[in-house]
Amino acid sequence: MNAENLIALLIAAPLLGAAVLLLGGRRLDGVGHWIGTLLSTASFVFGVILFADLLGRNAEHRTLTQHLWTWISVGSFQADVTFRLDQLSMTFVLLITGVGSLIHVYSIGYMEHDERRRRFFGYLNLFLAAMLLLVLADNYLLLYVGWEGVGLASYLLIGFWQHKPSAATAAKKAFLVNRVGDMGLSIAIMLMFTTFGTFAFGPVFSHVGDASEGKLTAIGLMLLLAACGKSAQVPLQSWLGDAMEGPTPVSALIHAATMVTAGVYLIVRSGDVFNAAPDAQLVVTVVGAVTLLFGAIVGCAKDDIKKALAGSTMSQIGYMVLAAGLGPIGYVFAIMHLVTHGFFKAGLFLGAGSVMHGMNDEVDMRKYGGLRKYMPVTFITFGLGYLAIIGFPGLSGFFSKDKIIEAAFAKGGTEGWILGACALLGAAITAFYMTRVMLMTFFGEERWRNQPTRSPQAPSAEPAAEHHGEHAEPHPHESPKVMTIPMIVLAVGSVFGGAFFSIGDRFLHWLEPVTGHSEGDSPLSAATVTGATMVCLVIGVGIAYVQYGRRPVPAVAPRGSLLTRAARRDLLQDDFNHVVLVRGGEHLTRSLVYVDHTLVDGVVNGTAAGFGGLSGRLRKLQNGYARSYAVSMFGGAALLVAATLLMRAV
Amino acid sequence: MSFPLLTATAALPAVGAIATAAVPAARRTAAKWLALVVSLATLVLAVVVLVRFDPDGARYQLTESHPWIADFGVRYDLGVDGIAAVLIALTALLIPFIVLAGWHDADPLETGSKRWRPTQGFFALILAVEAMVIISFESTDVFLFYIFFEAMLIPMYFLIGGFGDRAHEHGEEAASTQRSYAAVKFLLYNLVGGLIMLAAVIGLYVVAGNFSLTEIAQARANGSLHMATSTERWLFLGFFFAFAVKAPLWPLHTWLPNAMQESTAPVAVLITAVVDKVGTFAMLRYCLQLFPEASKWATPVILVLAVIGIIYGALLAVGQRDIKRLVAYASISHFGFIILGIFAMTSQGQSGATLYMVNHGISTAALMLVAGFLISRRGSRLIADYGGVQKVAPVLAGTFLIGGLATLSLPGLAPFVSEFLVLVGTFTRYPAIGIVATFGIVLAALYTLVLYQRTMTGPVKPEVSAMPDLRARELVVVAPLIVLLIFLGVYPKPVTDIVNPAVKQTMSDVHKTDPKPEAEAAK
Repeated sequence: MNAENLIALLIAAPLLGAAVLLLGGRRLDGVGHWIGTLLSTASFVFGVILFADLLGRNAEHRTLTQHLWTWISVGSFQADVTFRLDQLSMTFVLLITGVGSLIHVYSIGYMEHDERRRRFFGYLNLFLAAMLLLVLADNYLLLYVGWEGVGLASYLLIGFWQHKPSAATAAKKAFLVNRVGDMGLSIAIMLMFTTFGTFAFGPVFSHVGDASEGKLTAIGLMLLLAACGKSAQVPLQSWLGDAMEGPTPVSALIHAATMVTAGVYLIVRSGDVFNAAPDAQLVVTVVGAVTLLFGAIVGCAKDDIKKALAGSTMSQIGYMVLAAGLGPIGYVFAIMHLVTHGFFKAGLFLGAGSVMHGMNDEVDMRKYGGLRKYMPVTFITFGLGYLAIIGFPGLSGFFSKDKIIEAAFAKGGTEGWILGACALLGAAITAFYMTRVMLMTFFGEERWRNQPTRSPQAPSAEPAAEHHGEHAEPHPHESPKVMTIPMIVLAVGSVFGGAFFSIGDRFLHWLEPVTGHSEGDSPLSAATVTGATMVCLVIGVGIAYVQYGRRPVPAVAPRGSLLTRAARRDLLQDDFNHVVLVRGGEHLTRSLVYVDHTLVDGVVNGTAAGFGGLSGRLRKLQNGYARSYAVSMFGGAALLVAATLLMRAV
Repeated sequence: MSFPLLTATAALPAVGAIATAAVPAARRTAAKWLALVVSLATLVLAVVVLVRFDPDGARYQLTESHPWIADFGVRYDLGVDGIAAVLIALTALLIPFIVLAGWHDADPLETGSKRWRPTQGFFALILAVEAMVIISFESTDVFLFYIFFEAMLIPMYFLIGGFGDRAHEHGEEAASTQRSYAAVKFLLYNLVGGLIMLAAVIGLYVVAGNFSLTEIAQARANGSLHMATSTERWLFLGFFFAFAVKAPLWPLHTWLPNAMQESTAPVAVLITAVVDKVGTFAMLRYCLQLFPEASKWATPVILVLAVIGIIYGALLAVGQRDIKRLVAYASISHFGFIILGIFAMTSQGQSGATLYMVNHGISTAALMLVAGFLISRRGSRLIADYGGVQKVAPVLAGTFLIGGLATLSLPGLAPFVSEFLVLVGTFTRYPAIGIVATFGIVLAALYTLVLYQRTMTGPVKPEVSAMPDLRARELVVVAPLIVLLIFLGVYPKPVTDIVNPAVKQTMSDVHKTDPKPEAEAAK
């Protein structure tokens, strides 16, 4: 069997799982989670087989394609269901199915008490299938199917506890904000079609030279809009924080490790287009730099552990987008950071889930403290993820983030300095907020003693707490093995992944044939950048230690500075949305309903009345006399006959 | 003489209608079964039409031709092109579901209220509409088309005015008044459109000397029939106005929300998914073929009206409190897309528009029929009266969500293919209009998901806590529609293969070719 033919199976396995679990009904309740985990793992195994196959080939021959059928064909518009597996999509396949399978395993324990666990696993499998389609598609329209498919899975999973209005609202918001991004993808595809006559990867990339720069810039910006929606980049970032309403494994898989990085994939995949559109690239880097600071600042102010991590995710993806905007200097490192981030952020989220699991689903870090004694495995794995994300020397984040900061400086010119400075500043803030999370959760006083968790005014994310009884003091405990083992595996990846990829530039050599690579021209030596990064790291950790390690953490959040208060409210993004979009929209639709009822209806009816006194007849007919109706029908018929006879006479 | 397949396809439901109406009052259930069997048999005939139709063959196939009113040159001419064949199949496909979904909609009330017309009548009227819609698609004689285009108003009028939802917020009396208002409004709007069209039909006869679509179109194409520019424009406007009322195009749409709101869900589906399609179909066939120059002349205005309709319909859908009105405004938005695709004058636009007619029929049927099942359980059409249904009736909620996702054109489901084709077909010629129309996809997500959120999620309202999930009959209605939505979403080729050659012909009628890609044109 040719390796190509295996590609479809990567998608087919989880798709089958989703179909079986969602259509199977209650009789599968007892085994649903095993079916889901099995098929997810099967997809991972196919991935490993294909990976081995690719490794056995020359670097230039590592692109496999599989054509299944012609999807749409109208005139010159041709869309095929064709998959492309190359080094870039292979990397994603392993990340998606690998982390995905671990999170399936974790969810067996995490969702054990949820009566809708089967459905949960069905949605997870659906997500995997859609995400794999997204990264394996060989043309933009097929990619679009995966793109919105993951959006659907995300919608279903954020709103998994739909009886909670906040979850339902968050799910809807995520879908809507993403739809704005999807508009960008639609327009980009249409622009490609009018420019190149196709939107398949190969032909588009090879004909980039035939298009004007203006067109390419437009395509690039529209792709960026799409990426902003999916990857929660400014200005379409507002949905990610709310998305934490979903169960924590979902936050780990979809809203940290895989789906939210799809925007980075899109930009890197479209590298040939961006390389020829420097203006679009500049905007990409600006979006990345702004978001990496935006997310980091929000992450500093949140007391909800998941929302703090969500701010962090936004910020880390900002790094990736920044790197992707740098062009061939940055593509490889964008993806490398994406993969290492997949390890440590998924691990951090699973750790957060484990903490919540042991704490009656409390999410407020001000009600944590000193948990390291009670949850040693969680503490260690979370701690390793923490060290990885802040870029502690030798761990994953150290290698991947450092490379991005170097690359930012290497862009050269004023831009290089500004972007590099932003990236450095981001590193300091990252160190600060992650240290804060670490200290508030695992160190310090045991603030959960003698106080009931889950005050009714501030219901937390996880409604499973209803089962535990609301007002009991929590008894922190370690999670079962089915949950801790995935955490341990991810922690191992967080520790060694970066070094493994970087030694001998393994990752670079692997990905370079697809993305291309250039060194750039850095005004600073690599050692200088690393040194500066270390200084930032120490400063960030130091400030956090002074504020949250040395002093006791108040159980009730202090009022805080203007910036803190704004950051708690996600830098007022929702307030803006509410006033401009929600309120404005409500006024608009309400007035339109009025206009439609009075003006449009009235004018059309009135015009008709003006022509033939119809409104009078309307009123008469309204009384329900079938007789007058019949009369008018006969009137019409008579008119018809008279008219035709008249025509004959003429 | 070969078997008159097209006549049979239209005659079968017509005969079935009479037979159903003739079933004695006591045998109500037999009438229902009869209607169902007839509609299924019609579906079989429609499938035979599809199979017998050769996409690469002549433009009109399975033709039948007989003189009818010789004095006026009216002929009984039938024939189908790819577009008509597909739409006949859509009609025949939906009717059995409409019949099955409306199984109990016309049962007499326990109180013995006289307001409910006999069950037999309800099903006979549905079959009558089916027959007339099918023959409208089949007709290649302008006058023959006109007669049935108008005549279908009669059964529709009685279906809207005579049968409504049982429960009504303001009581039975108010419901009855509102129903008749909706029915009369429907009738008057369409009659006015029809009368204007009649004038144009007669005008066409004066100019052309006969009513044959094929002959006139041919004469137009080879130049033997010349029309003065102003004549052509007036005649075009006469035809177009009637079709724009029926489609409906903004701002002639206001009859549709009333009609769909007041009729039962299956009848609402009949209006929007079946009858209205005759309007968009006729634009494609009659306006473009008979008056190509005038069509091009009017294109800018029509495109603007269509795009207004897309955005306006969607915004109004967002603002609705009534589930059925919401679906009606969503349909107005979708009709904007169809008309946009037709007048973009590209092959993607027109094939997309035809496919859109099919997909909109299926997706609206899925959404509206499930909405109808929901409404029949709670006895209210108001969105605010629901909440948390997902918890008590997960299958109902799941199918409702899929119907909604189809309505918002989720990729992977059928409507995405047609919507994207229309958008791209518009964009290649009119980028600005294409971009504005694209905003429609965000608004569609808004009204659909808001509807789902308010009705299905959140805490369970006490009034819905005992709501039963979908019953077997209801599942039989919904499941095949969902299967079709998925199938045509991943493999629309069977439909586009039939439609594409017909669209190619229409494109050559209006002397238009697809714009070339820029990179190619630059060389």
